[in-house]
Amino acid sequence: MINFSLKIRDVEFKNRIFTASGTFGYGLEIPQLVDVNKIGAIITKSITLKPRVGNPPNRIVETPSGLLNSIGLANIGLKEFLEEKLPQLSSLKTAIIVNIAGNTIEEYGQLVDLMNDKPEIKAFELNLSCPNVKEGGLSLGTNLKTVAEITKLTRTLTKKPIIVKLTPNVTRISDFAKAAESEGADAVSLINTLVGMAIDVKTRKPKLSTITGGLSGPAIKPVALAKVFETVRTVKIPVIGIGGITNLNDALEFFIAGAKAIQIGTANFINPHISVDILTELEKYCEANGIKNFEDIIGSIDLSDSVSINI
Amino acid sequence: MIHEVCLITKIEAVNPTITKIKFQSQFIANSAKEGQFVNIRIDETSVPLLRRPFSIYYTTDKEVEIVFGIMGMGTNKLNHKQVGDTLDVIGPLGKPFNLDDGEDISILVGGGLGAAPLPMLYRSLQQKNKQTVIFLGARNKNYLLKNYLQASYISTDDGSEGYKGNIVTLLENYLSKSPKKNYKIYACGPTQMLIELIKVANKYKVKCEVSLETMMACGIGICQGCAVKYKNSTKKYALSCVDGPIFNANDIEL
Repeated sequence: MINFSLKIRDVEFKNRIFTASGTFGYGLEIPQLVDVNKIGAIITKSITLKPRVGNPPNRIVETPSGLLNSIGLANIGLKEFLEEKLPQLSSLKTAIIVNIAGNTIEEYGQLVDLMNDKPEIKAFELNLSCPNVKEGGLSLGTNLKTVAEITKLTRTLTKKPIIVKLTPNVTRISDFAKAAESEGADAVSLINTLVGMAIDVKTRKPKLSTITGGLSGPAIKPVALAKVFETVRTVKIPVIGIGGITNLNDALEFFIAGAKAIQIGTANFINPHISVDILTELEKYCEANGIKNFEDIIGSIDLSDSVSINI
Repeated sequence: MIHEVCLITKIEAVNPTITKIKFQSQFIANSAKEGQFVNIRIDETSVPLLRRPFSIYYTTDKEVEIVFGIMGMGTNKLNHKQVGDTLDVIGPLGKPFNLDDGEDISILVGGGLGAAPLPMLYRSLQQKNKQTVIFLGARNKNYLLKNYLQASYISTDDGSEGYKGNIVTLLENYLSKSPKKNYKIYACGPTQMLIELIKVANKYKVKCEVSLETMMACGIGICQGCAVKYKNSTKKYALSCVDGPIFNANDIEL
């Protein structure tokens, strides 16, 4: 069988299909619906230093092929995560990547520092891109200097892989990938949600309590693909593709564009075992197409008939 | 909880605006509890993108029934399903009604399509030999969901059937006649109806559980989208899908 493994820094992931932060809980909620041990890595909900109750309802709105959300980083906080969730996660036979979100640069450092000695945690993903909180989140992730500073600070505190999750709500996402790379990030993941909104025309009120939220789902896939394509041409570290992946074809598009791994997000809400389904189909695809080395697919996009423009 | 593709065995009009779909699922039929729901993926396209939650209306040995009216793109597509088609179903989900509150008289109140969880509840209460009184209200007679229920009191906004007016008015009249009895109200319907109903329940100091309808994405506690505000809890928000959809009326803020 084809080897789908991927090494980031010194951690080997058994395959390249991960579940995206915020779309798979803490990895423990639905063992009856999916064999989580088959997934390449589970990325936890964003963990913050203190628990967060999240935003008031309404938190979600469906849009054509899309989901607008404004959850507001609702999570149990670092202490409860370490005491209640992490011991249970250690029983899973898949890699755990902890996604962290700080209100300030220093909080990212504190979060990494307080979790660095946990062997169950294989890597950190820095959420520098949540659009739904007042402090931290987007305000940090849309500033090249703070992205560099947070990467630099966390790099000094851990030898575990650092994955920097980037927002598309900037002029040029690859500049941010470069900033993260130059300060020692081991990979970048993109894209987080796009800022969007919806209005109820009867009441003339915004449909989300926070007015705007983050758009995800198939609606954003073409945007995500273009951002991944742009970024793989700018940095040497692995790019992990995220955005509207719901089937084998979508997954292949990201790999062909150059993503080394992918994350499944919103699709988990519709089909909790979609990651395992796509993995199974990917195996069949490789077998049917005589692909022995998965790296051969990555970045294999054929641009021979394309008109060259500035990407 | 199970995730399975279920065969549709029967589709019928309950009345001019409400359709019933019956599908096979031994697991859900046997494990479903009163007030729980199923989350259904209408088809494999991304329009609609999300599953749609439906109260479990009734169960037989191996089959489950849901009811719906055409509300939007999801139910519009559901309305085109035929016997022999399939539904991708996750369920049973959510916290059920508590049938062990020890009341002497169980009062069931349903507003429009919101009455969908009542038939299963009614059946279980009858099996427990509970004295039950049923109130059904709707905007007009085409939205009344009367099957499987022996409704004692009916109201419609337009007077096309029963009392012309609000079902909560009928409930209050009923309670005011013998206010001291040991009642419990089980209510489901539009949020505005529930708000008025809870005021009446509190006025007469009657225990009350309500079934909430909220926007939902995953239905299984992952996405945190279906937040409902708690009234007096250190936890500020409940999730309707796993902490509900059945709540004690005074635990939540509507």
